[in-house]
Amino acid sequence: MTTAHDHFTKPRPLTVLTHAAFLTGRLMRVLRRMPAFLVIGLVQPVIWLLLFGQLFSSVVDLPGFTHAGGGFLEFLTPGVVMMTALFASAWAGTTYLQDIDRGVMDRMLTSPASRGAMMIATMTYQAIQTLIQSVIIVIIAVAAGARFLGGVAGVGITLLAAVLLTLTFSALSNAVALLTRQQATLIAISQFTTLPLMFLSSAVMDLGLAPGWVGGVADYNPVEWAVVAARDSMGTHTDWTTVWVHLGRLAMAALVMGLLSTRAFRTYRKQA
Amino acid sequence: MGAAHVADPAVEAVDLVKSYPAGRNKPRITALRGLSFSASKGTVFGLLGPNGAGKSTTVKILSTLSAADSGSARVAGIEAAARPDQVRRVIGHVSQKSGTDPMGTATENLLLAGRLHGMSRRDAMARARELLNRFGLADAANRLVRTYSGGMARKLDVALGLMHRPQVLFLDEPTTGLDPHARSEMWAEIARMARGEQMTVLLTTHYLEEADHLADRLAIVDHGTVVAVGTPNELKSGLRGDAVHIELRQADSRAFAVLRTVPGLRDVTMDGSTLRGRTDDGARALPPVLAALEEAGMAVTSATLARPSLDDVYLRHTGHSFDADAAPKALEVPK
Repeated sequence: MTTAHDHFTKPRPLTVLTHAAFLTGRLMRVLRRMPAFLVIGLVQPVIWLLLFGQLFSSVVDLPGFTHAGGGFLEFLTPGVVMMTALFASAWAGTTYLQDIDRGVMDRMLTSPASRGAMMIATMTYQAIQTLIQSVIIVIIAVAAGARFLGGVAGVGITLLAAVLLTLTFSALSNAVALLTRQQATLIAISQFTTLPLMFLSSAVMDLGLAPGWVGGVADYNPVEWAVVAARDSMGTHTDWTTVWVHLGRLAMAALVMGLLSTRAFRTYRKQA
Repeated sequence: MGAAHVADPAVEAVDLVKSYPAGRNKPRITALRGLSFSASKGTVFGLLGPNGAGKSTTVKILSTLSAADSGSARVAGIEAAARPDQVRRVIGHVSQKSGTDPMGTATENLLLAGRLHGMSRRDAMARARELLNRFGLADAANRLVRTYSGGMARKLDVALGLMHRPQVLFLDEPTTGLDPHARSEMWAEIARMARGEQMTVLLTTHYLEEADHLADRLAIVDHGTVVAVGTPNELKSGLRGDAVHIELRQADSRAFAVLRTVPGLRDVTMDGSTLRGRTDDGARALPPVLAALEEAGMAVTSATLARPSLDDVYLRHTGHSFDADAAPKALEVPK
């Protein structure tokens, strides 16, 4: 019965990516059938963008507000893009919870699909949603009168930063889902982390006008890294070193979080 | 249970032990306490026992979803704990819960399962069509699974497990929750595919009738261990003779003592107003039984003689009646 054990070695990277593509395809079909979620997820950020953009348009005139790239709408847009990415990816674990609930998770776990492929698939699915939503937000901002001097390159960097932020937090959310298996816990942890992360960054306010400690904390906040990379690349006089350093940190965070979350499958198995 | 080993086993569990934490300051719940059995290649092997006996835990360990605290689980000759990735390639797993994606169509569900097992798109499509036809789902192939009835979804679950022609198929309570009609359809399908496909089926069930009907061999599981192994017929003939089953109009504690005095009647048990016993020749033993009860002034509402059933086997090996153990489920059991 010991059939050709030598054929079965560790899954090759190619297999992992192929499996990830199949599993992403499954999730994308769901999105195509129920695009409403994508639209609903845009309601809040668009309100932020248009309402806050108008309401606080004069804060750029405050002494010490150092943003040089134009008005408050130009300042706010990268912040709103990152907020949208953050809030949406904090919910990413819901897909796992539904799969656990329906038994799909157990079927996948007894198939040859590797845990890495399963993690990559949900992260990719979330990243694609972020891409679509971010493009829509930028288009709405431009339609509302924003002018981004960084041009296409600036928008491209913004999208990249948003995707990396999404990968980081969707991996975290997946880990929480696997470890707790509770929707209520996932919601609570999402809410307790996303709002502070947002306000401990320059997403909606120049940190030059905030207390010093906020800026200190923000240096370690992935949301701030994404906002800085995006805002700097979208304005004039882009400091590319700053942009790449922040993107590099984000990429590291996404990688580390992805690997840690894949390890969470072990705990899931122990509790099975 | 050391004598339970067979030559060339496709599934082998040796002394599996598994316990779960029950919560803070509570002792751990022991699900398996040294469970062993082995199933020959190409057969349907049944694990029979009430809910909570440890059947599903055993399947979870064999299918790599869970890890045993100690003991060994081998599938197709592969040690599950050491090489779970290899085990996953050769098994199909139909869990108690449905494993279908409700937001996909049947075809999409099947294609994904096939592709994850390395089938080409063309092969996967051909196999999906074959299975959809076989399970009578061809007309619903492109409908979202969330619109399926329970019976249809369960058939798709089994089809998903068969997609890649596994060497070993785990069927964990395949007919739980199905109505009697869907259940008999599923039985016919499982019996047909066990013959048609070259594979070993490990079936868990808490339906005696299902185990009797489908399993070539079965193990009776009680409180985390195997208490008896054999073919359904072996297990039943191990009891020797016919079962005598008496219903009294009302429970009477003296009835037990009365029956003990009837010559030729063995293994007498009493449960409320129900009395059971065994005898080598039922037709000859029944008149003295009835006479003895009448003499003691106890009214009998029914007296039946039967070839031993698995229920009797179960009673013999666990010391408690199967129905009584699965009391909340009793209404679901088709009689």
